[in-house]
Amino acid sequence: MSDGPVILEMKSITKVFPGVRALDNVSMSVRAGEIHAICGENGAGKSTLMKVLSGVYPHGSYEGDIIFEGQEVRFANIRASEHAGIAIIHQELALIPELSVTENMFLGNEVATRGVIDWIAARRRVVELLARVGLDIDPDIAIKNIGVGHQQLVEIAKALAKDVRLLILDEPTSALNEEETANLLDILRSLRSRGLTSIMISHKLNEIAAIADSITILRDGKTVETLTVEDGSVNEDRIIRGMVGRSMESRFPSHTPHIGERIFEVRDWVVEHPQVPGRLVTKHANFYVRAGEIVGFAGLMGAGRTEMARSIFGRSYGIWHGGQIYIDGREVEVTSVKEAIAHGIAYVPEDRKMLGLNLLDTIKGTISSAGIDRISKRGVIDLEASAAAAERYRTAMRIKAASVDVGVSTLSGGNQQKVVLSKWMFTEPRLAILDEPTRGIDVGAKYEIYGLINELADQGKGVVMISSELPELLGVCDRIYTVFEGRITGEADARTATQESLMRQMTDTAA
Amino acid sequence: MKALRQFFGANMRQYALFGFLIVVMAFFAWQTGGRTLHSENLQNIIIGWSYVLVMALGMLFVIVMGQIDLAPGSVAAVVGICLALSIKDWGFPWWAGILFGIAVGTAIGMWQGAWLAYIGVPGFITTLAGQMLFRGLDQHISNGQSVPVPPQIVKIGSGFLPDWGPHTGFNNPTLVLGVIAMLAVIYREIRRRGKIVRGGGVVPPTWVMVARLATVVAALAILTIAFANGRPGTSFPVAGVIIVLLVIFYHFVETRTTIGRGVYAVGGNKAAAALTGINIKKVYFIAMTNMSFLAAVAAIMFVGKSGSTGLSDGNGWELDVIAAVFVGGAAVSGGVGTVVGSVIGGLFMSILSNGMFVLGVGSDWSAMIRGLVLLVAVAFDLYSKAQGRPSITGAIMRGLRSRRKETQGEEQVRPEVAKI
Repeated sequence: MSDGPVILEMKSITKVFPGVRALDNVSMSVRAGEIHAICGENGAGKSTLMKVLSGVYPHGSYEGDIIFEGQEVRFANIRASEHAGIAIIHQELALIPELSVTENMFLGNEVATRGVIDWIAARRRVVELLARVGLDIDPDIAIKNIGVGHQQLVEIAKALAKDVRLLILDEPTSALNEEETANLLDILRSLRSRGLTSIMISHKLNEIAAIADSITILRDGKTVETLTVEDGSVNEDRIIRGMVGRSMESRFPSHTPHIGERIFEVRDWVVEHPQVPGRLVTKHANFYVRAGEIVGFAGLMGAGRTEMARSIFGRSYGIWHGGQIYIDGREVEVTSVKEAIAHGIAYVPEDRKMLGLNLLDTIKGTISSAGIDRISKRGVIDLEASAAAAERYRTAMRIKAASVDVGVSTLSGGNQQKVVLSKWMFTEPRLAILDEPTRGIDVGAKYEIYGLINELADQGKGVVMISSELPELLGVCDRIYTVFEGRITGEADARTATQESLMRQMTDTAA
Repeated sequence: MKALRQFFGANMRQYALFGFLIVVMAFFAWQTGGRTLHSENLQNIIIGWSYVLVMALGMLFVIVMGQIDLAPGSVAAVVGICLALSIKDWGFPWWAGILFGIAVGTAIGMWQGAWLAYIGVPGFITTLAGQMLFRGLDQHISNGQSVPVPPQIVKIGSGFLPDWGPHTGFNNPTLVLGVIAMLAVIYREIRRRGKIVRGGGVVPPTWVMVARLATVVAALAILTIAFANGRPGTSFPVAGVIIVLLVIFYHFVETRTTIGRGVYAVGGNKAAAALTGINIKKVYFIAMTNMSFLAAVAAIMFVGKSGSTGLSDGNGWELDVIAAVFVGGAAVSGGVGTVVGSVIGGLFMSILSNGMFVLGVGSDWSAMIRGLVLLVAVAFDLYSKAQGRPSITGAIMRGLRSRRKETQGEEQVRPEVAKI
């Protein structure tokens, strides 16, 4: 199958974001008529590479060459890449819920003469396209009324309508159940037999092993290797080894934990997705944290770690369906963020800019915002106390800023994160939940954040650290839980766990 | 340049607007041969625009939290008629009528706040509905007639402070108020400085403080004289005193209370505010209730000024108020704006209108010019923000700054961005 001519070649692609080298000299080649999988940890550069290919990042914003069907291509935008025959289907579907299947199918690509749409011709084409993806649905039905699995297929049909020759799928099965997934994989196989080339990004290694003809593995923005499945040498373990195989340097401050009693425990926690009825994002989770302990939560993107953390933090996400929280062995009701704060729970969100900060506020205003009740009487704030607290944390957390009256938007990512940490330390929590505390922060600042996390633990607080970087979890945590599709699938001592053993549990792969 | 920045401190946006205000006043004074600066005209501005200034204080919080209120004009109309009828038909004493009017306004605010906060209807829709609903209610209650109000209420709307003491040729209460204001400004600045020094903070050099205080005190002195040397029996208007007290109160709410911080947090980033433990519904409810409360206060002052209720009371008020708040530097997207800025914005629009009126500019041109001023002011803010700068001031300062080498590190750039 993969002995066709090379249809796509990406040569030495380098893409730099401010402070981050997202892609470093990445090369890959795809043969006509194959399904080519791209694997890698979160942040390895898979999506960035596909955005370069599809023109989301236009020519000139990256280095390197793209050769498609024998010609060098320079896409200025997505339209240009579509015009050349490359279509990308993103993780979040780009369909308009209120419009019908037909309307969605030809959105921006209408069957029209001089601006007037020929709906009869459009309808005829839709039926034909839907048949190619094995869909037998009413073309007039609104998108919102069909399931996610069918929506995914409509997206593919939409791409086919544009005479696509290379189809890119970014995590196509992440929102699908098993049956829908199997169906989608069948459709991809049948499209392959008709000569369509596709590139598929997926975290689900079993699917990749089942369907891909070749696999390119990325790690830290670099190409690690390309495996050919026909060799018969590829199984999930082999892929995992490629994904994580990196040395653990001295990137973490040394720390001797002083672990005490259980101070926080969650039992049988169940949460339903806020918009998708019946879909559970946390399924009967049980875990505990001891004083002075740093507990990691490992899992792939979408595994439900953030959802669980936010749900525990005053039910600020999803619909709670059951479960108890015990603090110091006593059951407590925590139904709002205010109560969570009062019970000594702090949550530092993964998305600093969207959820952690008011970017219009100053350092001073931000630091006292969550613990405002500590420095106010009957609603009147003690401004001196607020300024004093801000100064105290500026020194203790080594926040680099001219003064505490500086706006947080002017700070670097690392310093913003220190401000958010200060904001939560000011509430004097017993348990600090840190969600991806080092995301988007450069290496030096990461080291400082690790040091601050160790200090929190040494003060006798419990720390929960959610991270998608396994080396970080292994380097910082004392104990690690693994999460897969809303379930806690394992618990490991960080001293004995390996990236491979964690990855296996994170992908729920039987050893 | 550094000295300039030290002089203005953090609130450059307000100072810039204040500067424009002075320029506009000077222009009209020059064009009218000083007529616009006569005490009588100044009194007219305060009395005539008091309702806009009062409501701008409430609208500021509504806009900062990312909402809008289109109903205050209609609410004011309902309050006016309730107040007048309760005194005329029910025999309420004048003060009870005022309390009743305020109660009606506050209740309406709670109604609108409840729809926004607890049912989730966007503020725009809630208050658009309110605008129609309460306009209709006003017509229904008043039945098309104009109802007079007693002299005590007229006094609140258009009265002056009683004169007493030695014959100075000036109005003594106005002089006393002016002196109190000057002393208060000096006291506050010195106290603030002392606190910063004790807290280990850095303060600008002494000459900066002296220069700043001298400017403010001089401005206050000029205003005091201007208001005090009017016709016998006139002074700084009662309405002006009410406005000053409200401004002080709401400035305090803005800067020193948890609810004030909550409004800014919700407007700046609602999702982050929710994860910080701020009760967003409560913030919505209180700010909307407060807006209608202030519409009631404005209504009392307005019917007092007019002497009776009228069918067109409150018509289009919300637009003047919203314009004042935006000219005063509030952001359409929420999270940005100050009480003092909104008041200056309101004064700016009132002085502009008044100046054109005195000059004999027709209402057609006057409306067009005010519209353009609003457009330009907001466009300027948006443009400046797109440049990573917050305000008109930013743009002016940029010209000055480019001549100076940027020596500050990346971590400590432009503290004023944060403040405004």
